[in-house]
Amino acid sequence: MQSAQTAFENIRKDFPILERKVRDNKTLVYLDNASTTQKPNQVIDAINDYYKNHNANIHRAVYALAEEATELYEKTRDKVANFINVPNRDEIIFVRGTTEAINLVAYAWGRTHINEGDIIVTTEYEHHSNIVPWQLLTQEKGAKLEYIGMDDNGELILEDLDKYLATGKVKLVAFSLMSNVLGTISDSEAIISKCKEAGVLTLIDGAQAVPHMKVDVEKLDCDFFAFSGHKMLGPTGIGILWVKKAVLETMSPFHGGGDMIREVHKYETTWNDLPYKFEAGTPNIADVVGLGAAIDYLTKIGMENIREHEIELTKYALEKLSQVKGLHIYGTKDISKRGGVISFNFADVHPHDVAQIIDEEGIAVRSGHHCAQVLMERLNVAATSRASFYIYNTKEEVDKLINSLNKVAEVFKL
Amino acid sequence: MSNADIYHEMIIDYSRNPVNYGKLEDHDVTYHDSNPLCGDSIDIDMKIDDNKVSDIKFHGKGCAICMACSSVLTEIAKGKDLDEVKNISKNDVLSELGLENLQAVRIKCALLSLKVLKYALYSYLGKHLEGDQDVDKLKEEAANLY
Repeated sequence: MQSAQTAFENIRKDFPILERKVRDNKTLVYLDNASTTQKPNQVIDAINDYYKNHNANIHRAVYALAEEATELYEKTRDKVANFINVPNRDEIIFVRGTTEAINLVAYAWGRTHINEGDIIVTTEYEHHSNIVPWQLLTQEKGAKLEYIGMDDNGELILEDLDKYLATGKVKLVAFSLMSNVLGTISDSEAIISKCKEAGVLTLIDGAQAVPHMKVDVEKLDCDFFAFSGHKMLGPTGIGILWVKKAVLETMSPFHGGGDMIREVHKYETTWNDLPYKFEAGTPNIADVVGLGAAIDYLTKIGMENIREHEIELTKYALEKLSQVKGLHIYGTKDISKRGGVISFNFADVHPHDVAQIIDEEGIAVRSGHHCAQVLMERLNVAATSRASFYIYNTKEEVDKLINSLNKVAEVFKL
Repeated sequence: MSNADIYHEMIIDYSRNPVNYGKLEDHDVTYHDSNPLCGDSIDIDMKIDDNKVSDIKFHGKGCAICMACSSVLTEIAKGKDLDEVKNISKNDVLSELGLENLQAVRIKCALLSLKVLKYALYSYLGKHLEGDQDVDKLKEEAANLY
C-alpha cells in the first residue's frame, strides 16, 4: 500500500475523461459518483486486452483461448472474495448489478421462503432497487413490507426494527450500508445483531459503501450482500451477489439455461454446483475482467486511504456549502456516520434548474429523486441536488462547485 | 442557444409568480400526470362552458421551465374554444418563452402541462361528445408529445 499522499497525487492522470472539456470549453468537474464513477486506463485497457487477445466463451471449450478467458473470469471471482473478505469463492455470483442481485434474492430465495403473513423489513432511505423487488414479492405472497423509519438527522430509528422483530413474523431485513442520497452509514452491527438474536436473515445493499470504504463481509455476518462494479471504477453491467452458503443451498435457480445445469433430460434437469447454478447463459466475461482490474486499482490505493481522502473532501465541502446563504444540506453532520454524498436544496430553486445552470460551468451533479422517492416523501421534497465524491475529486473542484452556485443565486436573484 | 440562456427574466418571473396557479373546485374536468424521471408533477383543472374553456388552473411541483410553461399554456387556453385548444401545439408554448431549441433532456419539463391539458380535453370530450373523431387523435397526440 502506498502512502495516502503519493496515492492521490497522480490519480487524475489515469482517468482520460477528466481531461475533457464540456459545454463552453469548461474543464469537467465530475461530482456524480454515487450514480456511476469514471474509469481509469487500467480498466479500459483490461477490457480492450480481453477482446483483442483472449475473447472466447468460458467453462466448456478446451482450446487455448477458452482456457485463458475462463482463467481471467474465475480469477476475478477470487479477487472479489478477497476484496470483500469472504472465505468461500463459491458463494460469489456474478450478476448485472445490485438491482439484479436483489431481484435474484427476491425471486430465488423469496419465492421459496416467504409465505402469507410473513414480514420483510426495509428502510425509508433505500434505493428503489431495495424496495420494489420486495413489494413485488410481498404482494405476490400476501406478505407484508414494513419500513424502519429515519429521524431528522438522516439516521435509522432502530426501535422500529425492534417493534417488527417482536411480532415473530419477520423473515428478512434488507438495508443499505450507505444511503445513496444522504450518505448515512447504517449501524449494520446493531441491525444484524438484533436480527441474529431473532433468527432473521439480513440482506445488505453495499452499492454505495463498497467503493468507498473497507467492507468485511465475514465480519458483518449478514446473509446476502450485493454491490455493483460501475460505482467502483469498473464497467457497467457487472455486479456481485454474495450469499452465505447455508442459505444459498436452500435457494431455487433464478434463470434457467446453459451453464447452470448438470444434466438436462426431456422432462427434468439437475443443477450445476454453486455458484454456477445461478449464472445461466454466457456471462458478461469482458466486464468481469474489467471489474478485476478495478479491484486491483482500488486495492493498490488502499480502501482506508480512499475513505480518509473522502472524509477530508466531504468535511471541506460541508463546511463550504453550509456558508452558502439559503442552502439546505440534508443528513447528519457527523462525518464518521456519512460517506462522500451530499444532498442539498438551494433556496426555492428547483434542483433541475440548479443542475442546469452549473452544468454551464462544466459541473456535473445529479438532480432529482435519486431513485429514492420514499425518502423524498419522508424529507417532504420533490427532489434534491446531489454532489458525490470519489478518489479523483479535489478541494479545487469543491471550490468550483461553490462558485457555480453563486451563478445560480445571480440568475434566480436570491 | 446556450443552456444558461433559457433562464431569462420571463422564465424566472413565471416560476416565482406562476399565473393561473391553484385549483378550481367546480371544475368540469381535471387531469394529473408526472414525469417519472424527474418527478415534475402537474394537475390541470378546467371549467368548460359553451364549448369554451371558461376557466383553467394548474398546480403541482416542477422546475422553473415546467412552471413557466404551465403558466403560459393556461394563459393561451383560457377563454378559447375547445377546437382551438385542441390545436395548441408544442411550438405555441415553446415560442412564447423563446424555448424553441430547448435541449431534449428538458423538453419533457416544458411540455408536461401540454400533455396534461391534451389528456384532460380527451377525457372531457370522450365523456361529452360521443363519437367525436378528434378524440382518438387527441389521445394519440398527447401520448406522443415527447
